[in-house]
Amino acid sequence: MSTGNMNLTLKVWRQKNNNTKGALVDYKLAGISPDMSFLEMFDVLNEDLITKGEEPVVFDHDCREGICGMCSMFINGRPHGPKDLVTTCQLHMRSFKDGDTIVVEPWRAAAFPVVKDLTVDRSAFDRVIAAGGFISVNTGNAQDANSLPIPKMQADAAFEAAACIGCGACVATCKNASAMLFVSAKISQLALLPQGQPERYRRVQSMVAQMDAEGFGNCTNTGACEAECPKGISLENIARMNRDFASAKFVSEETI
Amino acid sequence: MSDINSNIPEGELTNKWTKFKSSVPLVNPSNKRTIEVIIVGSGLAGASAAATLAEMGYKVKCFCFQDSPRRAHSIAAQGGINAAKNYQNDGDSVYRLFYDTIKGGDYRSREANVHRLAEVSTNIIDQCVAQGVPLAREYGGLLDNRSFGGTQVQRTFYAAGQTGQQLLLGAYSALERQIGMGKVEMYTRHEMLEVVKIDGKARGIIARNLITGEIERHFGHAVVLGTGGYGNVFYLSTNAMGSNVTAAWKAHKQGAYFANPCYTQIHPTCIPVSGDHQSKLTLMSESLRNDGRIWVPKKKDDNRKASEIPEDERDYYLERRYPAFGNLVPRDVASRAAKERCDAGYGVGASKLAVYLDFKANTERYGKIEASKSGIHNPDKETCMRLGTEVIKAKYGNLFDMYAQITGENPYETPMRIYPAVHYTMGGLWVDYNLMTSVPGLYCTGEANFSDHGANRLGASALMQGLADGYFVLPYTIGAYLSKEISVKAIPTDHPAFVEAEERAKGILNTLINIKGTKSVDHFHKRLGHIMWEKCGMSRSETGLKQAIEDIRALRAEFWSNVKVPGIAEELNPELEKAGRVADFIELGELMCIDALNRNESCGGHFREEYQTEEGEALRDDEDFAYVAAWEFKEGVNFELHKEELKFENIKVAQRSYK
Repeated sequence: MSTGNMNLTLKVWRQKNNNTKGALVDYKLAGISPDMSFLEMFDVLNEDLITKGEEPVVFDHDCREGICGMCSMFINGRPHGPKDLVTTCQLHMRSFKDGDTIVVEPWRAAAFPVVKDLTVDRSAFDRVIAAGGFISVNTGNAQDANSLPIPKMQADAAFEAAACIGCGACVATCKNASAMLFVSAKISQLALLPQGQPERYRRVQSMVAQMDAEGFGNCTNTGACEAECPKGISLENIARMNRDFASAKFVSEETI
Repeated sequence: MSDINSNIPEGELTNKWTKFKSSVPLVNPSNKRTIEVIIVGSGLAGASAAATLAEMGYKVKCFCFQDSPRRAHSIAAQGGINAAKNYQNDGDSVYRLFYDTIKGGDYRSREANVHRLAEVSTNIIDQCVAQGVPLAREYGGLLDNRSFGGTQVQRTFYAAGQTGQQLLLGAYSALERQIGMGKVEMYTRHEMLEVVKIDGKARGIIARNLITGEIERHFGHAVVLGTGGYGNVFYLSTNAMGSNVTAAWKAHKQGAYFANPCYTQIHPTCIPVSGDHQSKLTLMSESLRNDGRIWVPKKKDDNRKASEIPEDERDYYLERRYPAFGNLVPRDVASRAAKERCDAGYGVGASKLAVYLDFKANTERYGKIEASKSGIHNPDKETCMRLGTEVIKAKYGNLFDMYAQITGENPYETPMRIYPAVHYTMGGLWVDYNLMTSVPGLYCTGEANFSDHGANRLGASALMQGLADGYFVLPYTIGAYLSKEISVKAIPTDHPAFVEAEERAKGILNTLINIKGTKSVDHFHKRLGHIMWEKCGMSRSETGLKQAIEDIRALRAEFWSNVKVPGIAEELNPELEKAGRVADFIELGELMCIDALNRNESCGGHFREEYQTEEGEALRDDEDFAYVAAWEFKEGVNFELHKEELKFENIKVAQRSYK
């Protein structure tokens, strides 16, 4: 069961760096096992390329268990491939058929420039978080954790929003390259918790401003982000963010 | 016996930390602004330290090899984080957490460090909740707890099966806040390649910008390594693909002792290997052992499906051997027991290298409770299973989904198949009480150091230690050093020591590129992993280890003459990154075997076949081996042993029993 018998044709985006043009390049692969993960299939491809003296395909990946958010392949027109609620690293070859042709591209968005091949620069997400995706509490300031009871439903809802892995699939799939699902998930997590209230309206304004500055597009309620999110982050978060953003102008004394 | 000083403060165990904190020299705010600290690694230990030191006013530079600090492998920790809160009123206390950790570590850790860890554990939970980390709660709005191995209290806090993710995102948000304020300079996609020493003190690092390949010099009054564990020396482990020992190993080569390298944690509940293509192993959280029962068939080579094997033909071997702790024995004990059953021919699945983790009994039990809550008395079995499945789903849904995705089997219907896999390394850079290595000004935190878990780490204690080090310990202890450095001006990076360190780093990269051999980096990594797993894995022997040392030396020679690294050094080149890491793993692998060979006893995760009780349990030798083995790197690839004696003044050393 170590080797399989799937034959595949891959069309993989190759691009030397951000200053050069890229193109799809065809590769044939044989002996792929259905038990391999999609990235293990790429390991096989790269081992082949190295043996042949060609440059292996560069792609981002790290934990390979669906939680770090680093893997980021756009497979057959869908971020993270054909299965719902999984990342590329958790996609297995049993989701494909012998003889398939698979097209693999990087995330495409102005705010995510290609670094090399399938690797893109997602540092815009970090800058959005740095603009306000936190609660300002220095180490050592905290009171006893149980002194602030939080209803279970509310805590669970915050957790569901916090499950975002920051992979950027929402941006990659959106026709406007909007980052609203990502940004609203963090805003929601903190807005749903009592600890997040003091900075609630300040936070939504600064994060949205940074999101715009990074060049992400607007939301036109298509819902592709929710459909493609490997962690099932809900569109409701965007509604909550919009409500808070609108309210901020009225509720908050500090307009940013 | 000790020839190294661990700088443990004098006084009663319970007062050491309090007294230390109130007497450690301070650095005044205006001096902090000119003192620069380099933090390598952005996981729980690195990010929490970077954020906290910046909050305190230091100038901080933080480095990670990933594209964002949020991706450090702490994110993958599933089960939970321990804290001696005693919220469940089940008799927990700081002393009990201290005791459990020392005993769990098989009496091979330092009392003072472990007690401090237990003391600050409660602050961590407070801090994380204040940051908005959504830990699991009960209907009353208070925090929920669950049980983990090696304890008889419920002290584990959690966020579904994503506790590490939530804690890391908390530390990450604290770090990003400081980055946004300009108090931390973040260097993502950078890998540390050298420590720079000036007059014997750590004064900076050489790092490679992984995008451009450019080699950079960075000064710091002190350097902190929070660079994680070295489980990937085994090639297959639950670590991330990028997890590596390079930063710690370069520090080791610059004089930092490497302690107890052979203490490796093999986690009992991982998804079994499915084939040669396998690139990593996936853990199924220990929390599953709260509700899952582990068994194998009573009959050898039983090929029936799990569902066809009747109850009285199943051997619940953990419950049988360890009635007091049952399925919740510590990891080393559970792993060895699984190996014992499989080696004896009772394994299940196609490879026969797996045991069952079965949720049926508890699903039914939960179902009964749910049924009675909704007023259904005497529910039928089907109703019980349906309602119980909902409870199991709520507790472990993401883990079950992950299992189904990887194996293609439905764990709600058939029991999971699991087998032990390399998960965590208790060994690491030697540090004193202040978390300082044997190089002045060079600190080490989290999994990268050796300090708190002895020969075996208890579940849910890694997150505790990483955050304890970063939020509450290092920010105090580093002041003891930095208070004496206030008059040191930032050293320009054209200093000869920087030039020389950069040459060393570049020399290695160029050598690797120019070997132009015939075998890929992964080829060598897999071979190293195979040697390590077979000879220095779950059980070790003198002959095996001696053979392994020879094999690894031969592999090292072959690597340096026949590795093939495509591309050039002046660009994004993941193969070159891997080559540098594997070169260090090969040297580390040898040291691990040397350490395992030196330790003529069995303790925790280190099991020497020659040293076991009649029942097959680990047999310690406290007379001769109650010490930390701290290895010094010597010219060539040679190692000299230093010993730190372990004194147990507050705990009675006994044979560990979970019966």
